[in-house]
Amino acid sequence: MPGAEFGAAVRSHDSTGVIDLHGEINLGADQALMAAYEQAVQDDPATVVLNFAGVDYINSTGIALIVGLLARARKEHRTVRAFGLSEHYRQIFAITRLSDFMGIYADEDSAVTATVST
Amino acid sequence: MTTIPSNLRRVLRREPRVRPSTEPVAAPPERVEAPPVEIAPNDPLVAYFSGATGAVDIGALQLDSPALEGLREAGIKLVVPLVSQGELIGLLNLGPRRSEQEYSADDRKLLNDLAGHAAPAVRVAQLVREQEAEVRQRERIEQELRVAQLIQQQFLPEELPNLPGWQFAAFYGPAREVGGDFYDFIKLPEGQVGIVVGDVTDKGVPAALVMATTHSILRAEAPRLVAPSEVLTRVNNLLVDEMPAHMFVTCLYAVLDPETGRLRYANAGHNVPYVSTEGGVTELRATGMPLGLLPEMEYEEKEATLAPGDTVLLHSDGLAEAHNTDREMFGFPRVANLTGEASDGEVLIDRLLKELQEFVGPDLEQEDDITLVTLGRRAAGGGGAAAPEALPAGGEERQLAAFEVASEPGNERQAIDQVAEAVAGLGLDGPRLERLKTAVGEATMNAIEHGNGNRPELPVTVSVVTDGTDVKVRITDQGGERPLPDVETPDLEAKLAGLQTPRGWGLFLIQNMVDALNTAVDEHHHTIELVMHLKEAPDARS
Repeated sequence: MPGAEFGAAVRSHDSTGVIDLHGEINLGADQALMAAYEQAVQDDPATVVLNFAGVDYINSTGIALIVGLLARARKEHRTVRAFGLSEHYRQIFAITRLSDFMGIYADEDSAVTATVST
Repeated sequence: MTTIPSNLRRVLRREPRVRPSTEPVAAPPERVEAPPVEIAPNDPLVAYFSGATGAVDIGALQLDSPALEGLREAGIKLVVPLVSQGELIGLLNLGPRRSEQEYSADDRKLLNDLAGHAAPAVRVAQLVREQEAEVRQRERIEQELRVAQLIQQQFLPEELPNLPGWQFAAFYGPAREVGGDFYDFIKLPEGQVGIVVGDVTDKGVPAALVMATTHSILRAEAPRLVAPSEVLTRVNNLLVDEMPAHMFVTCLYAVLDPETGRLRYANAGHNVPYVSTEGGVTELRATGMPLGLLPEMEYEEKEATLAPGDTVLLHSDGLAEAHNTDREMFGFPRVANLTGEASDGEVLIDRLLKELQEFVGPDLEQEDDITLVTLGRRAAGGGGAAAPEALPAGGEERQLAAFEVASEPGNERQAIDQVAEAVAGLGLDGPRLERLKTAVGEATMNAIEHGNGNRPELPVTVSVVTDGTDVKVRITDQGGERPLPDVETPDLEAKLAGLQTPRGWGLFLIQNMVDALNTAVDEHHHTIELVMHLKEAPDARS
């Protein structure tokens, strides 16, 4: 049974690029995710926020895509923050140590207004 | 605030000025522009003005100075040096007074005061301008780097070949100052596949453009000519006329027949590929000059047959020629040895990058692009799908489900859903169920991709049992004897620094999701067993 196809929409919130993610983050999400990132950094924001609220599945390839996005952002001296993760994926982000490099927040306002990423 | 009498304001506005540099200055509208006067840095006038304590009467000055002559010819009568922190930073040049009277002592005092106030402000303006120029220069360089990266990435393949019985892996790690590495996979007639790894001398945009040209010619010529030696001869002849001076391209081109394992190859001065075989590591040597240097070159063509279990490594200079802080090279022998130790291409690439990172250390910037491409022929698979009997025995088991999924990417979702349905009545709490689902998904993905080589006709079988204490999910592929690699904690820092592929999380995730992980193999099958306690132990993770 095919899962929900990945989609990403980009918007700006207080000069921060917010990417709303939907569906499954797996190999098929690669191009759309990077295209969304490109769009989100068009105005050169210091911070990019990933909204995982619409994501129902992330596999190891999806983790690799997020690592790739984070690597790119760090190279460009941008901060990446996340919110909307389920408890399960919060645990996975902790196990993989992604949360050491990407602040995880309860909601969008906290992610956008945080001054120090945790 | 300094006040300026109306007569002097008029003088400052209307009289011609000269400046010590050639930079244009906007002239007041009604003023007659004096010709610019060049003052050479070694002109004695510079030293004189630097030491002057106030306005200098040009007419009375006795110096052997070309610039002094220039100032006189331009009609300058009085010069007020602008000196900031002992450095001459400009001149306030005045022509004769309109009244034709000499400048008075009051005029000179006022001008000196004005110069004293103006000099620091002018200096600040100069520093700001210099800083802006530096920023613009840095931005231009960064922009060039971005353009080079963009060109480079446009021409890298988006996906690896998906051939039954074969495993391909690739890694491309650009240096900050992007080099000219490239790799490609080209579809050829009769199911064959062309494999290219190349390196353009030079860096940045010029290298990226030559890379793009080479890539395009190869794409056009390879399917037509097929034979590696002929392809390289043709590409060389086309490139020679286009190649900028002092640039050339090294390139390894190989053609794989996946049915037979036959690999034909020719080499235009690129690094020699290594092959991990049952009998040790061998080299794929063939002679040939780099592309773009001389016309009408011939390229030796050789061939090898890859046996099941063999893995070929194609690699660029950035790996073997990387240096550590003692200026020692990582070295080709080390690359060859590591090739012989790895169980498959992905493992090999990760290992090479990890060893490289340890060798180079954390503080050195990557010197050159690193490109690694592997192709491996999988060990022969088997027939039926019965699970081997080598897993730990438990209490009496009750089967909850048994099913198959076809080996196609994405089918792990079927397995997840069916396992979730099968364990629904066992009382697993929400977090434990989610962890089991993730482990099932990852283990099924591994079975589909690594065990069955994405061959849809080979099923992955899944069995779900419980003994009342645990639930066990057994996932079997037909990859045969394939030891479970040691589960290493992925090095996230290295991945984020671009020193390792971002992938490689599957096994690590599985191990961290379940309470126990067992494997069993026989000649034809490989089974992974995921064990989850129905109730979490009191001292287990929260």
